Amino acid sequence: MTTRRDLLAGAGAAALAAQLPLVALAQAKDSVIIAMTLEPPTLDPTSGAAQAIREVTLLNIFEGLVKMDRTGKIVPCLAESWEIAPDNITYSFKLRRGATFHDGTPFSSEQVRFSFERAVAPESTNAQRQLFTPIAEIATPDPASVVIRLKQPTANFLYGLAWGDAVIVAPASAANNKTNPVGTGPFKFVRWNRGDRLELERFDGYWGEKPTLAKATFRFIADPQAQVAALRAGDVHAQTNLAAPEAVPQLKADPKLKVSFGKTEGEVILAINNAKAPFNDLRVRQAIAHVLDRKTIALGVYGFDVDLIGSHFSPLHPAYIDLTGTYPVDIPKAKALLAAAGFPNGFSCTLKLPPPTYARRSGEIIAALLAQIGINASIEPLEFPQWLERVFRGKDFDLSVIAHTEPLDINIYARDDYYFQYKNPEFKALMAKIDVTLDEGQRDEMYRQAQRILAHDAVNGFLFILPKITVTAAGLDGMWTDWPLPITPLAEVRWR
Amino acid sequence: MLSFLARRCVALVATLLGAALVIFIALEVLPGDPAAVTLGLNAAPEALAALRLEMGLDKPAPVRFLAWISGLLTGDLGLSYTYRVPVAQLIGERMAVTLPLALAAIMLATSIGVPLGLLAAANHNRPTDAAVMVFAQLGLAVPNFWFGLLLVLLFAIGLGWFPAGGFPGWQAGPAAAVKALLLPAFALALPQAAILARVTRSSMLDTLQEDFVRTARAKGLAEPVTVVRHALRNALIPVVTIMGLQFSVLIAGAIIIENVFALPGLGRLVFQSITQHDLIVVKDLVMLFAGLAILVNFAVELVYGLIDPRLRETS
Repeated sequence: MTTRRDLLAGAGAAALAAQLPLVALAQAKDSVIIAMTLEPPTLDPTSGAAQAIREVTLLNIFEGLVKMDRTGKIVPCLAESWEIAPDNITYSFKLRRGATFHDGTPFSSEQVRFSFERAVAPESTNAQRQLFTPIAEIATPDPASVVIRLKQPTANFLYGLAWGDAVIVAPASAANNKTNPVGTGPFKFVRWNRGDRLELERFDGYWGEKPTLAKATFRFIADPQAQVAALRAGDVHAQTNLAAPEAVPQLKADPKLKVSFGKTEGEVILAINNAKAPFNDLRVRQAIAHVLDRKTIALGVYGFDVDLIGSHFSPLHPAYIDLTGTYPVDIPKAKALLAAAGFPNGFSCTLKLPPPTYARRSGEIIAALLAQIGINASIEPLEFPQWLERVFRGKDFDLSVIAHTEPLDINIYARDDYYFQYKNPEFKALMAKIDVTLDEGQRDEMYRQAQRILAHDAVNGFLFILPKITVTAAGLDGMWTDWPLPITPLAEVRWR
Repeated sequence: MLSFLARRCVALVATLLGAALVIFIALEVLPGDPAAVTLGLNAAPEALAALRLEMGLDKPAPVRFLAWISGLLTGDLGLSYTYRVPVAQLIGERMAVTLPLALAAIMLATSIGVPLGLLAAANHNRPTDAAVMVFAQLGLAVPNFWFGLLLVLLFAIGLGWFPAGGFPGWQAGPAAAVKALLLPAFALALPQAAILARVTRSSMLDTLQEDFVRTARAKGLAEPVTVVRHALRNALIPVVTIMGLQFSVLIAGAIIIENVFALPGLGRLVFQSITQHDLIVVKDLVMLFAGLAILVNFAVELVYGLIDPRLRETS
């Protein structure tokens, strides 16, 4: 028989039980564990190209004069405003007052000059030093002003200043930033267990709005299955870009998690050696373009639809135009083009593939598609260093598959010695013109023209945009779901 | 005895040197420039040259080989190309995960495998024996990464008792660290336990047919005394050999399990260093594994001597 006391005790227990998840949630409210696939090799974004370095440090530990918001727009950061003189080469920045580095060093114009001069110094290992080479002179009239004079008008100068390679560092701490980063960002570095996790905590002296998170941990989980397990077990609260697309349906079905798909600046291309016969023949490249069924390839790689591209441009940019219809899938036409080029029975070639899953899987499907018109592509898997040495630097390849993840990097087609060896004076002239055109409308028009030229010349097989698959705990808001720059700013992340 | 030891030591040094040379040459012919890997697709040539200088890649190969060897002798393992911290520190951090993991796995494997093997031998051709053999067959057939995934599914995702992976570090307290290592240790131990059970069983069965066992029985010794005091000692020799081999396998071969459980151990360090072309770490680690294998072999020989006096005399 149930007595009143039992009932009361039961109610008490139920109340206690109801409170337990609340307690757990309250604890989680000001800390977060974010998982990413790759671990940064060092923590200095000005000394290496690894995406993971920027992903962890930019806008968390380090900041630049300007930053990119989640839509790709350039907005103020350590510079609260700037003016571009009518000569188009003089940039006057008004700096944020009251900003300090994590070690207490006050932020001033001196560090801006130091950072940019350091980036172009002969011993500099800055991977993007071309961002700084247009600089003719840096003047610091007072601690809160910087005046930068360029050698010639450079349209994307500000855009480049938002990259991780242009963060502001202090002379006293710069040399140790690889292992003990000191910046002006909303979070400071606490500890790094290499191979496993990196811990940050809120920087109380931050100049801007204080983050709601007191503590944030990045965990590095390379294995796709382990990522899924960590998410499902609640070990991590978010995965910046899931490496296991096949697990998406399973994760979507989990009410504790939320999955979103976003765009990146990573164009996946079938790279073609334009200088090597028979690929130097436009008809051969057109034939290839006519058999590349992008939808099939992307579905085969991911199992769901991703953004297809017809030129080397990301849909994240306002100047993007859809050119996927330039060479529609048309096998008879492809065969005719090949025959006209002197290969009625096709030919044999190699397809060298770096390790990422998207490259290996796309490669398999592409080889099968090419076989339809008699092009017999034999697959050669390579490790990434070998790929860099042979394909990228040695230009010893016929075909390859790779993602170009730098934002707005269409100008690589204007470089004569770039590995796909595309040479088109018209395109080069256009890029040079873009460089000195400051009017955004005009520039976007020229970017559209540039996309059309690349699509028409079928320089490479333009396939799709690397998707960003963000998985977070249902109550976690503010993660970037698109990647105009591959970063994870934690100041915007909060628990609901 | 002393001259035997001296000859062994000379052979040991020669082996290690030979291994070092082979490792160095093998990595030397690998295509790929570590500096280029660090700086990526759009790197400026000046930046590349500066980084190569910083990494010491501009010096000729023989100079780098000698520098490496003398560094090894003085305990200076160099600076990791990618992490930019001393390799010795990196290896130390990883050892703190892999060594306890391997030890736990070998202890689990032994405490499961050996008793099961004995049980099977004692119940030769009876249902217990058959059951043990089925377990052993399963343990060998199930890949340990799959077993690991099953453990994660049950104990981490389903029950939430253990983390699905990762290692909080020993600074987070022994309880948290042990919790993180238990599932992977089990996953690693299963196939080893199966092997040990089989080896123990067959070795025990062989030994039980030896003359000295028959003598012991003829002397009228009780069966348990015969089995434990006389047969077990001798049956353990192949078991110890296998355990020695397993230790090297566990240290170097934990790569897959460390990946499944996202553990920052030596296995994953090797894997990462190879893909990132961090050749200096690869060289040091392969050297370390070679050294460990040689040491474990040496230890196993000592244990033979302890178990069986006859082996002590012949060596």
